[in-house]
Amino acid sequence: MTLALAVDISLTLLVLAVAGWIIAVRDTFAAVIGFVAYGLLLALIWVRLAAPDVALTEAAIGGGLTGALLIGAAGRLRKTEAATRAEYPGVLIRTLAAILAVTVAAALAVGVLALPDPAPTLAPAAVASLATTGVGNPVTAVLLAFRSMDTLLEAIVVLLALLGVWSLAPDRAWGGYPGPRHHADPDGILAYLARFLPPIGIIVGLYIFWIGADLPGGKFQGATILAAMWLLVIEAGLADTPPISRTWLRVLLVIGPLVFIAIGFAGSITAGAVLAYPEGYAKPLIVAIEIALMPTLVLTLALLVAGTPQRMPPQ
Amino acid sequence: MSLVLNIFTIIAVLAGTFFFLAGTVGLLRFPDTLTRLHALTKADNLGLGLVVMGLLPQAEWPFDVIKLIAIWLFTLLAGATVGQLMAQAARRGQPTP
Amino acid sequence: MNASTLFGLCAAALVGVGLYGLIVNPQPLRKILAFNLIGCGVFLLFGAIARRGAAVGMGGDPVPQALLITGIVVAFSATALAVALVLRLFDETGSVTLASDAPAKAQADPPDA
Repeated sequence: MTLALAVDISLTLLVLAVAGWIIAVRDTFAAVIGFVAYGLLLALIWVRLAAPDVALTEAAIGGGLTGALLIGAAGRLRKTEAATRAEYPGVLIRTLAAILAVTVAAALAVGVLALPDPAPTLAPAAVASLATTGVGNPVTAVLLAFRSMDTLLEAIVVLLALLGVWSLAPDRAWGGYPGPRHHADPDGILAYLARFLPPIGIIVGLYIFWIGADLPGGKFQGATILAAMWLLVIEAGLADTPPISRTWLRVLLVIGPLVFIAIGFAGSITAGAVLAYPEGYAKPLIVAIEIALMPTLVLTLALLVAGTPQRMPPQ
Repeated sequence: MSLVLNIFTIIAVLAGTFFFLAGTVGLLRFPDTLTRLHALTKADNLGLGLVVMGLLPQAEWPFDVIKLIAIWLFTLLAGATVGQLMAQAARRGQPTP
Repeated sequence: MNASTLFGLCAAALVGVGLYGLIVNPQPLRKILAFNLIGCGVFLLFGAIARRGAAVGMGGDPVPQALLITGIVVAFSATALAVALVLRLFDETGSVTLASDAPAKAQADPPDA
């Protein structure tokens, strides 16, 4: 057994143990903390699977943003825990669930062991066309050139999720501020961190965004870091979330998808197909789309964590 | 020269992992929140510091070295902040002795 | 056994663990967590397959990797929507039970918002 395999096996066992703990532990808050650890362990697995772009996304979004969202929710729902705990299903349901779970897992495992050899791959095709995009990172090329339809739809899905969250606002708070107003000690450690970290975080976020063209990184990972910096300032009570009725907010939220769609339809005239880039202009157009998507993604990700509008809009 | 540097890396990283191990044991064995926080932040600061120090001779000058040191500094900052916040939350949660 | 098979089996087990938690745990927030466990398991399965597609000097097939990034972001937004629904249910009824006799309970237990 090689050392690398030993590392992989211990990583697998650790992830499975944390997953079991998330399901089994009584306290929801503890389960959420377990989920953050689970996200970070998965990021390590992505590195082991030679997918650094996915590792960055998993650590930033899977562990970080989802963790922040769930910690907030678990804190608010703490009072309800004792009541719902009484609703645990009986032994029969639990046994049936266990049988179902084991069957599904076994079927998937058989599928994994029976995968075709040699594995089908699109890597040679992606690399062969990489030069036409002018982008050095094949994952970014897939996201914004070869499969840009997926990325466009994703940007719209994320926006729709935000509209869904907003639409849950009670009538009196429609157009108001998302989430509670946070108050922290202005001389405390959180306020200090919220003043000290964002300038550095903004540089790191923009660096990861910019480097994504050639190395692991990209707009999603960069946008997550920027969103986290904004949320930190909000959590520390140094700033408030913007009321959702603000025009500048709504313009920035739709500008990314709109630029993407405009460039996509322009492609049907200049390059002969929707979402195609004319010869020689692929790189600047990809950069234009990414820059337009960036503020949209930062605002959407942060406001998804901030939640439903709860307070009256200013009159 | 590279042999000396390799030995330095091995010793420093091993010492770092020892602090992580000790921190984990402390996290599991210590009786209350504050002492557990102490064990955890010590492991982060010293353990990661030693691991980073051990890796410095292996890293490429200048950017990888700067990145490694930056990672250590950010972890220090995050660990110190979160430790403070958790300690405050723990003190609010229970009557002070 | 190589890394992609090992992590593929790990993914299958994660889907099983998550499915069990999704059915058994009555708390909505825990169901969301379990659903995310399943989601991560599916992503990992996809990633293991991407790793098997390593070719022309690349560690993995970039096409599934790009789709994974899309998937993780979409999973996050779905989670955010689900959490918002649960919190709204809590604000409205003061409890988050999914049991079918919930309405009677909700009236006896007015919202404390």
